[in-house]
Amino acid sequence: MDVLDLARMQFGVTTVYHFLFVPVTIGLSLLVAILQTLWRTTRKTSYLRATKFWGKLFLINIAMGVVTGIVQEFQFGMNWSAYSRFVGDVFGAPLAFEALVAFFLESTFIGVWIFGWDRLKPSLHLACIWLVAFGTLASAYFILAANAFMQNPVGYQLNETAGRAELTDFSAVITNPVALAAFPHTIFAAWLTAGTIVVAVSGYHFMHRRDLDVHRPAMRLGILTTLVGGLGLILSGDSLGKVMTATQPMKMAAAEALYQTTYNAPFSVLTIGTLDGSHGTPIIEIPGLLSYLATGSFNGEVQGINDLNAEYQALYGPGQYMPYIPLTYWSFRAMIGFGMLAVAMAVIVWWFTRRGRLPRHRLFWPVAMWMAVTPFLANSAGWIFTEMGRQPWVVFSLYETSEAVSPRVGLPTVAVSFIGFTLVYLVLAVVALKLFLKYAKAGPPSEEAALAGVGPSDDPDKPMAFAY
Amino acid sequence: MELTTIWFTAVAVLFTGYFILEGFDFGVGTLLPVLGRDDRERRALINTIGPVWDGNEVWIITAGGAMFAAFPHWYASLFSGFYLLLFAILLGLIVRGVAFEYRGKGDTAEWRRRWDRCIVFGSVVPAFLWGVVVANIVRGVPLDAGFDYTGSVWGLLNGYALLGGLTTLLLFTTHGAYFLHLKTSGELSERARTLGLKLGAATALPALAFLIWTQAAHGNGLTLALIALAVLALLTGLALDYTGRGGWAFAATAVTIGLASTALFCALWPNVLPSTSDVANSLTRENAAATDKTLGIMTWAAVVFLPVVLLYQGWSYWVFRKRVSTESIPA
Repeated sequence: MDVLDLARMQFGVTTVYHFLFVPVTIGLSLLVAILQTLWRTTRKTSYLRATKFWGKLFLINIAMGVVTGIVQEFQFGMNWSAYSRFVGDVFGAPLAFEALVAFFLESTFIGVWIFGWDRLKPSLHLACIWLVAFGTLASAYFILAANAFMQNPVGYQLNETAGRAELTDFSAVITNPVALAAFPHTIFAAWLTAGTIVVAVSGYHFMHRRDLDVHRPAMRLGILTTLVGGLGLILSGDSLGKVMTATQPMKMAAAEALYQTTYNAPFSVLTIGTLDGSHGTPIIEIPGLLSYLATGSFNGEVQGINDLNAEYQALYGPGQYMPYIPLTYWSFRAMIGFGMLAVAMAVIVWWFTRRGRLPRHRLFWPVAMWMAVTPFLANSAGWIFTEMGRQPWVVFSLYETSEAVSPRVGLPTVAVSFIGFTLVYLVLAVVALKLFLKYAKAGPPSEEAALAGVGPSDDPDKPMAFAY
Repeated sequence: MELTTIWFTAVAVLFTGYFILEGFDFGVGTLLPVLGRDDRERRALINTIGPVWDGNEVWIITAGGAMFAAFPHWYASLFSGFYLLLFAILLGLIVRGVAFEYRGKGDTAEWRRRWDRCIVFGSVVPAFLWGVVVANIVRGVPLDAGFDYTGSVWGLLNGYALLGGLTTLLLFTTHGAYFLHLKTSGELSERARTLGLKLGAATALPALAFLIWTQAAHGNGLTLALIALAVLALLTGLALDYTGRGGWAFAATAVTIGLASTALFCALWPNVLPSTSDVANSLTRENAAATDKTLGIMTWAAVVFLPVVLLYQGWSYWVFRKRVSTESIPA
């Protein structure tokens, strides 16, 4: 184990952990905004109760998203200083934009929203949560634009004397085709995640037949969000796959463990044996599907790992230019498979709760609730695939991960921070999950409690509505 | 004006804004167990910063992002070189941010006590370490030809930097006490006032020593003027707090922090991270900078968005301008 391995592990842990909370924040901010809008337009108190219920769960989640996000920004400089020097001129700007345009908006208006129930006119208070929801989207776009540069560097030129990539075309960086394709894919994944959570939590209350006037509309909204997310994921995944094949053909080959360039390439659902191209036995194969995913034609040519590796050796010199294939192969399947499970769950719940029905089987809701873990597994697998599939490059075709690490930071230092962050993250994960479950089970506030402290008040001693 | 000058100023402004804003919420966190005698009082104290601390924290995220984009070498050298200090700051900020949100969501006194400890840790440690970080930036650190820090974490814990840390910790705590004097009511406000007096007096000596040391070792004519004014503002704040004008006392410590931070960045100029091992390896605003292309785009973004940010963040303070009293906390 050297500094590079540990720094990579740390990046994996902190990034996957951060992204457990990000999609929930993106999705739930929108759903809370919708619920609060429904309350303002219909004046039904059940929507206000739903807003406050989901608002609380949203806040439990966003606290974790915010604090783990700071680590993301700092660790580029801490663990990856050589990388920061190399790409800073191009990569830094989207990060700065994210802070300036998105973080300020989210953080300021979330504070106003939490504490402003009795300080603002209801319409202005409603605008705050919409601004938060918009801020999360803007934030996602800028960070994906930064990430897209690592997948498909554009809008730069290499300055050999300065030893770095320098910006030539900012609009090209911001409209990187990878960013344009990854953004909808990420947002739909966030909707799928939040939708599934809403279905699971509402399902708990369906099971206990409690507050159905609050949970039934939320359940409908959750199912709809999950299905829109699922459908969007298929469409955006299709376009992202084609962009990925055009920009990083090795990643697509690695997704299938396809060693030889193939026309009419099949997609294997599962493979037993090894994935090194020698003893793999695909179990279920869908003919032509990989060609379709990669090129849009069932007969399209998909370049194989061996051919690409030889091509890259000719271009970039001796070395191995393939990622760790079993990981890309299985993470790609985990992403798709777990995502599809979440969609299937939403369809089944919709069918059994349609027009006021309630499912009778005692295992129905427990199983449905457990399905809420699937989008998290899918999201994590998706990022692991995206980032591991880029290896050995940190910036594809330009800069290798092994060059990127801080040259003077010692192993004990990285070990201290890796262990420290991991332990704190573990403890906080348990605490956050426990709190989330506690408040999810507690259900919405009563009508009086929900209405208390809503609307502007001039009485400074009136109890603060949503305060800590 | 040159773009590198503009962005040196922008980074300095972002750090200074961060110290002024998060300074008082660090102070409130530090004073939580001192001023908050029971849970109700502690909740009132936390609620004074509840709506704004998160927005305040974005100043450092923006400062980090601006540094990364405008001076990639500064960002890379500083963050990798000051690794363990930043790690401790991050740990503090993590547990503190979560604590604000989670402390009220448990049922037992033990639960809240634990989170209160997180708030104190997460306020004291960053308030101290940011002073250590900035003092070391001004003082300079050994850098190699690749601009990488060659020392260890112990090299960062030198006398000058530790005095800087003590100064920021005390100054932020005083700033927080004045803020609480302004934002709370009744007996709590009075206690914040008297404690603010003691803290302000306790801050004066180390702050004076640190600023004189800065002036002697790194100063020039401009820093001398700034430092003199900073000290004057600190003493004025003390007098204002004594006469019961919490709002003006708070403004005075805001000015103190602003002037002192500006003085430090002026002492640093035109370096961004001087090298103490070989002057040729010093990072300056020129050799640390991004290209003019990047700096130009960033300048446009800052010109368009920064006023908007200042407007709505200012508005958020206006919305919550009323004092918080313990009576407003549901039992």
